Amino acid sequence: MPGKLKAKIVAGRHLPVMDRASDLTDAFVEVKFGNTTFKTDVYPKSLNPQWNSEWFKFEVDDEDLQDEPLQITVLDHDTYSANDAIGKVYIDIDPLLCSEAATVISGWLPIYDTIHGIRGEINVLVKVDLFNDLNRFRQSSCGIKFFCTTSVPRCYRAVMVHGFVEELVVNEDPEYQWIDRIRTPRASNEARQRLIFLMSGELQRKIGLKVLEMGGNAVVGYLQCFDLEGESGLVVRAIGTACTLEKISTLPSTATQPSNSSPSKDMKDSLQAAPSTFGCRSTHSSPVHSASSRLSQGFSVSVPTLLFSGMGSGGSAGKEAGPLKALLRQQTQSALEQREYPFFTLTSFPSGFLLHVGGVVSARSVKLLDRIHNPDEPETRDAWWEEIRQEIKSHVKALGCHAVVGYSESTSICEEVCILSASGTAAILSSRFMQDGSLDVEHRLSRQPVVFTSGADRVEGDMGSSASLGFEEVAPPGCGFCHIPYDELNIPFPAQLTYCYCCRRNKVPDVLFTTIDLPTEANVTGKGCLIQARLCRTKKKGQGEGNATAISNLLPFLEYELHTQLMNKLKLRGMNALFGLRIQISVGETMLLGLASATGVYLTALPSPGGIQIAGKTPSDITYEQHISNMQKKINDTIAKNKELFDVNPPEVVEEIIGSPIPEPRQRSRLFRSHSESSDEVSELDLSHGKKDTFVLEIDDTDAVEDIHALLTDSPTPPGFYSCNTEIMPGIQNWTSAIQMFTSVRVFRLNNANLTNQGLNKIFTDLCENLLKSFYFKLRSLTPCCLCHLNFTVAIPEDELIQVAVTAVAMSFDKDQALENGRHGGEKTQIKAIHENDEQLQFNLELNPDSTKGLADISGSHPSAKAPSVDYSSFADRCSSWIEQLRLKAHTMRRGSIKTTSSLEKNSPLPEGRSRSLRSNRSYSGGSVAVVKMTPLSFIPGAKIIKYLGIINMFFIRETTSLREEGGVSGFLHSFIAEVFAMVRAHVAALGGNAVVSYSMKECVFMENPNKNQAQCLINVSGDAVIFVQESELEATSVQPQSATTQTSNGGEGT
Amino acid sequence: SVELDVFVGNTTIMDKEVYQLWLNGYTVNDAVKVRIDGGIMEECEASVEVLLSDTMDQYRTFQMCERLLHHPTKLANQLLFQIPPDRQAMLIERYYAFDDAFAREVLGKKLSKGTKKDLDDVSAKTNITLKSCRRQFDNFKRVFKVVEELKGPLVENIRQHFLLPDQLARDYAAVVFFANNRFETGKKKLQYLTFQDFALCAGQLINNWTLGAVDNMMEDMDVDLDKEFLQDLKELKILITDKDLLDQHKSLVCTALRGKTNVFTEMEANFKNLSRGLVNIAAKLINAKDVRDFFIDLVEKFIEPCRSDRWTSIDVNLYLTHYTNSAHILDTFKHHSVWTRYMGVIKSCILRMYHE
Repeated sequence: MPGKLKAKIVAGRHLPVMDRASDLTDAFVEVKFGNTTFKTDVYPKSLNPQWNSEWFKFEVDDEDLQDEPLQITVLDHDTYSANDAIGKVYIDIDPLLCSEAATVISGWLPIYDTIHGIRGEINVLVKVDLFNDLNRFRQSSCGIKFFCTTSVPRCYRAVMVHGFVEELVVNEDPEYQWIDRIRTPRASNEARQRLIFLMSGELQRKIGLKVLEMGGNAVVGYLQCFDLEGESGLVVRAIGTACTLEKISTLPSTATQPSNSSPSKDMKDSLQAAPSTFGCRSTHSSPVHSASSRLSQGFSVSVPTLLFSGMGSGGSAGKEAGPLKALLRQQTQSALEQREYPFFTLTSFPSGFLLHVGGVVSARSVKLLDRIHNPDEPETRDAWWEEIRQEIKSHVKALGCHAVVGYSESTSICEEVCILSASGTAAILSSRFMQDGSLDVEHRLSRQPVVFTSGADRVEGDMGSSASLGFEEVAPPGCGFCHIPYDELNIPFPAQLTYCYCCRRNKVPDVLFTTIDLPTEANVTGKGCLIQARLCRTKKKGQGEGNATAISNLLPFLEYELHTQLMNKLKLRGMNALFGLRIQISVGETMLLGLASATGVYLTALPSPGGIQIAGKTPSDITYEQHISNMQKKINDTIAKNKELFDVNPPEVVEEIIGSPIPEPRQRSRLFRSHSESSDEVSELDLSHGKKDTFVLEIDDTDAVEDIHALLTDSPTPPGFYSCNTEIMPGIQNWTSAIQMFTSVRVFRLNNANLTNQGLNKIFTDLCENLLKSFYFKLRSLTPCCLCHLNFTVAIPEDELIQVAVTAVAMSFDKDQALENGRHGGEKTQIKAIHENDEQLQFNLELNPDSTKGLADISGSHPSAKAPSVDYSSFADRCSSWIEQLRLKAHTMRRGSIKTTSSLEKNSPLPEGRSRSLRSNRSYSGGSVAVVKMTPLSFIPGAKIIKYLGIINMFFIRETTSLREEGGVSGFLHSFIAEVFAMVRAHVAALGGNAVVSYSMKECVFMENPNKNQAQCLINVSGDAVIFVQESELEATSVQPQSATTQTSNGGEGT
Repeated sequence: SVELDVFVGNTTIMDKEVYQLWLNGYTVNDAVKVRIDGGIMEECEASVEVLLSDTMDQYRTFQMCERLLHHPTKLANQLLFQIPPDRQAMLIERYYAFDDAFAREVLGKKLSKGTKKDLDDVSAKTNITLKSCRRQFDNFKRVFKVVEELKGPLVENIRQHFLLPDQLARDYAAVVFFANNRFETGKKKLQYLTFQDFALCAGQLINNWTLGAVDNMMEDMDVDLDKEFLQDLKELKILITDKDLLDQHKSLVCTALRGKTNVFTEMEANFKNLSRGLVNIAAKLINAKDVRDFFIDLVEKFIEPCRSDRWTSIDVNLYLTHYTNSAHILDTFKHHSVWTRYMGVIKSCILRMYHE
């Protein structure tokens, strides 16, 4: 019995009137954990009851503590009939199980009912006493930290990155059980909510066990998803990256963190014991259910870029179920095999970790769902994912890489058809983090200006030391990741290679697509922008295997077209790389939807993109020629305009310094401006680029017409706005503290049943475009601002419905940095100097010990501690061969980094400009409800995250049988989303936090039946609860950081 | 067609202009029209669809907020909407703001269902939408119900319970005071008076004639007139019943005013009538029915005669000053404090109500 859970019910407020006669309520509370229930007294006739209960104590196993939520039910006492439920609160107590997270949950939490929504609030206190775990063969994984953030969390450093962890649990969906026919919708919803809570807890515990076994203490980039498979069941699955994290005390005064070292030591102790207890997945040994037909079609699309996509490589095409089964059996209980997947869910990395990027790898497969016969044996679903991951792995090999970064998995389900997708970015990683070296992970995003400078400083320092030691390859920070990882003579797909425009030493591709965030140290020209490709394809209604085959036949074309669209739009903006690429394919009864979103940038290292050339197939008459040249002009004008808008002016300095063998981009644009005959232009282009396949769109091709149409109908962002779907926007650093997170959902009904592909495309494109336009309008008061982390999710909830849900954050920034700099020139330099001193100090604290550790590693003093799992032999070879080149490069690299520093200095914004806005905001504080900021990003501008309180993972169902009365579908969903936000904020505040970072709405399933006046919606959200302090306050609060922290929860303006 | 369209911010986004249109009772389509006419489309490069979507979103938000606005103190500690405190203050202030034209119409009426039913007439007369009229009426009623039973100063009670700025709280106090005492304001002769005229008078009455005015410690309400004072007012009758006193009073006032006004002769001729009028009003105030007619009496007995004689405001002021002061010099007149308390209010009211 290793834990005691204690709960105290203090009071309620704003309760609903339950007794019409007296306009009052006789409320009492049931507190339930596991099978134990306690009750408070009835507090009669009040809407603001004061229970002030005793401490209810539950003595439980820590395994249960991880799995179960604390369930609080508020009821209205009724002497004569059954007591009426007012609502429930589920409290995830996981954050209390980790010594470094929250210690108590205390505060007002909304009382939620699935039919009525929020009905008042309840004030509770929850604590956990954990006893020493004497049982080494434990099933729990208390103390493992979970982070949604897909980078090493701020205020931690990664000692080691262990690798991929995954798990899935399945169950019957209560909504589809026979009992659902006789119970109320409320009971059914609550059963579902509770089940998903339990499954999430179980999943997290099991993943934690895997992490323990690997010797880690945390999961970063934790991504949990639900598959509502309807009749066939409910799947909760999660992936993440196991790491060993170490807390860095950034505040001099918080140096008293007690929890620094103990967990990792515990881990090591438990390491021996772990493998034997790793029995939770023993189910693999039983044979795979053969009931489901596998429909993974062999197909691979290779296109003239680095997007290596396909729904299965050639190898997997004819694969039978047999070998796979065998494979699975082998994998059973083998911890090493687990790490057979060198996958990382991280999207940004400690500097020096990511060496080279190959390109996007993705795999999809179409499956027919079948009832999960035994919830304890989820091996069918496991096998499906294993298959996909194997495919990804083979793609990675083809790209000459050994790892996948920015890895994610998703599904789309329509009736019995399920599309599984996985994608990531093939890459080569430094082995430093796999071994027992440590690396400082600094949080440069939140403190943009200063840290950027320091980042560059540090990189330079790093390089200096390592290069002279020659112990490992260090790529030039600004361009190294662009250098091709694959063999030049054996390119897996047609691509144009040139020498890197930064270092001139290595080959780079002409275009680079990735799923990761833009590395902070990357050399970028100008700003970035959101680029979307949208596509709708009709399909015939079908059933069973026929339907699945039809879908899998359509998929590659869909992907190819999406890719072409992306490419065209990228070129139209004069850019050459995509980051954060996310391709979503959604399946419906009669159509497939594809939405690809990414952030386009101009990587300085890559060649300038060629223009878009329109050519007629049959140049017969003059009007036709005219038409083409008009269109060409339009396109060229747009490119020119975009280049100006995004400051894409490739630096001519490069040429002056090194002497470019490649023609200047300016020359090329000049070429475009002359509207000579298209054939001539092509040849000229050929000469100047040396490219065989510049984008030539043949206009006779109907697809091309569509493409051009799509290109030119994308409306430009209005002045003052920028947009991206990544963490940071290149070219913008001086964020103010004003942020506004929002969620927007639109559902479009296709009224005309017989729509063509073009018609559908137009509707879908307009839907997305109009959403963006709406955002620009609504957020106009924040300009100049950038919509960051724009995350579009598409779904086809019904035959004729298209649903698009968007979550993003609008962050405003100081526009006139140059002007401000001039005005405050004197002060600025002073303050900056101080900041730099700070940074220096941090280096001394953090970096130097690290580098000495690194030295120790080289000398081989910890050979046993090396990552036991990943087979990177080929990688090691590669590394050694790079070392020679590295030495040669060292000089150039150093020069490069100096250049970066100076250019960033120019951009560094005003610290006082930001603090000024903070001060004015603070005057508004003082409301009785603490402000909780929410953001999909991993940082809060102008603030420092000083503590992670635990993961927030909440699942809610809302149902109504009075849709009209609640304001129709929009009114219903509007209040539900507002309620979800409110509950997230309240739980974060109860944990003692003042913000949620890496927030995402992972599921928003909306169903309606207007005829019956009914609607139902399921929402799943997640994020990391944190405490942050404004940077301006950080400087002032060196004495009492704790108290200052709690106060800042009111500080800053609302978010 | 777009079937569902929502936008929810972590900080609730509210546009002041749209809020005002909502408060004014415009339909979504009318509000969009007004916004288009305001030139927002050119300014923000927005389309009609964008405007429509935004307006709908905001209208929904306001509707959801409305039940919170009924109890403004709840707005600060509710969890559903994260609204910065300055925004909360704006929401409340604007929600409770009312049109003087509307208030003028219902001033002194019973805040009952019957009155609410007649609001369409008020709407037609004032050109304020029925929706807005209903909101304003409900606000009156809500404030009235809450403060009716409360002890202590009226204005302060309103300010604390509804978190309203001082001036608005005073206006509400006037509305509540009028409704409680059912002052007649609808007669034709009173039509020329504005709400602000009455509000000032109400302020005077509340500050001087209620029980709370004498003693703040008194555990009583500001909404009722001080009965004892009304009783004492009867004693003032001596000023008109005692002939000597009346003559003496007249000669004192005439001496003081001679040569200082252009309407001296008219004043001299009318003195007894005017004095009788004012004193009779005082003497009758003990009857609830006569309290209701207070303003009409002031107009009929004093303002109208003066106006027909073309007195200026300066004349009225001069006359009332000396009329009040002279009474204190009268030998046999003993009710100085009651006289001061009465005439102070009467003078302020008449001066405000005297439109030349």
